[in-house]
Amino acid sequence: MEAEAAKYIGAGLATLGMIGSAIGVGNIFANFLNGALRNPSAAGSQVGNLFVGAALAEALGILAFVLGILILNS
Amino acid sequence: MADPIHQFQIQKVVDLGAVNLPVFGHTELAITNSHIAMTAAFVAIVLFLQFVTSGAKVVPGRLQTAGESLFDMIDGVTDSIIGHDGRKYFPFVFTLFLLVLAMNLLGMFLSFTPTSQLAVTVTFAALTILLVIGVGFIKNGLGFFKLFWPMSAPLILRPVVGAIEFLSFLLRPVTLALRLFGNMLGGHVALKIFAGFVVALGAGAFVGEGLGIWGLPVAALSMVGVVAITALEFLVAFLQAFVFAVLASIYLNDVVNLGEGH
Repeated sequence: MEAEAAKYIGAGLATLGMIGSAIGVGNIFANFLNGALRNPSAAGSQVGNLFVGAALAEALGILAFVLGILILNS
Repeated sequence: MADPIHQFQIQKVVDLGAVNLPVFGHTELAITNSHIAMTAAFVAIVLFLQFVTSGAKVVPGRLQTAGESLFDMIDGVTDSIIGHDGRKYFPFVFTLFLLVLAMNLLGMFLSFTPTSQLAVTVTFAALTILLVIGVGFIKNGLGFFKLFWPMSAPLILRPVVGAIEFLSFLLRPVTLALRLFGNMLGGHVALKIFAGFVVALGAGAFVGEGLGIWGLPVAALSMVGVVAITALEFLVAFLQAFVFAVLASIYLNDVVNLGEGH
């Protein structure tokens, strides 16, 4: 296999890590809605926590994305 | 199709020539498009806050309400996360938030987004983490290292948990910088690619290239995608600035209220 082709395949494989982060972010919002619908009065105060959790989970997906970009441009 | 990465290229607008600096060596000085976009963001913030506060009244008008709600939001963040000492760190967090927000939002209008440059986001992250370390040492002295010796964990596990804490502390600036950078880069690349579909397939339908006549529905679908992603990007632009401010407050809280059972 040519090195160039392997690079593109590697970059594509690296972005697969975003699947995990997608599941994580989906889980966070799903569970937030779950809890928010049970107790709507407490939901407003937890929006900050919601976004921080989403951002932390998302960061790992972004790491995979950046790795893919790095491999592509290496 | 248009190259989606091209929009992140830094171009010289006014060339100021090259100089030899003592530490950095040969350096080219220029006013770049990045420079201009950041200055525009800065000027926009200053003008906005100036207009907001110029005719300040007890009962705020529309503009003053907009400014006050921004102010109030970050004040709520620092106050609820850092607690009693939150006001002290409010100016730093508010400055970070406004600058990142303005650069993100201006990036949706201009052709260049400063926050999609790793150098810019790394600077913000380094600033934050250096302040955290500085405040940690000034407030706690060598007690700062208690951050990596969690008293709530069982004694046997403490070295392990401490090592993990240390690693996560080192990763904080990295993720802080990469999150903002990756979100902006990814969003704008996705926008550009979908916009490229519209042009390439739409034009291809008339000259018989690409998918031919079948390119038209795909182009229309991509157009809907572009509109939807643009709306999403505005949300992301605000959210990332907010998340940056919240995370900066959380990291500051770790050292400000060290060992108070947080």
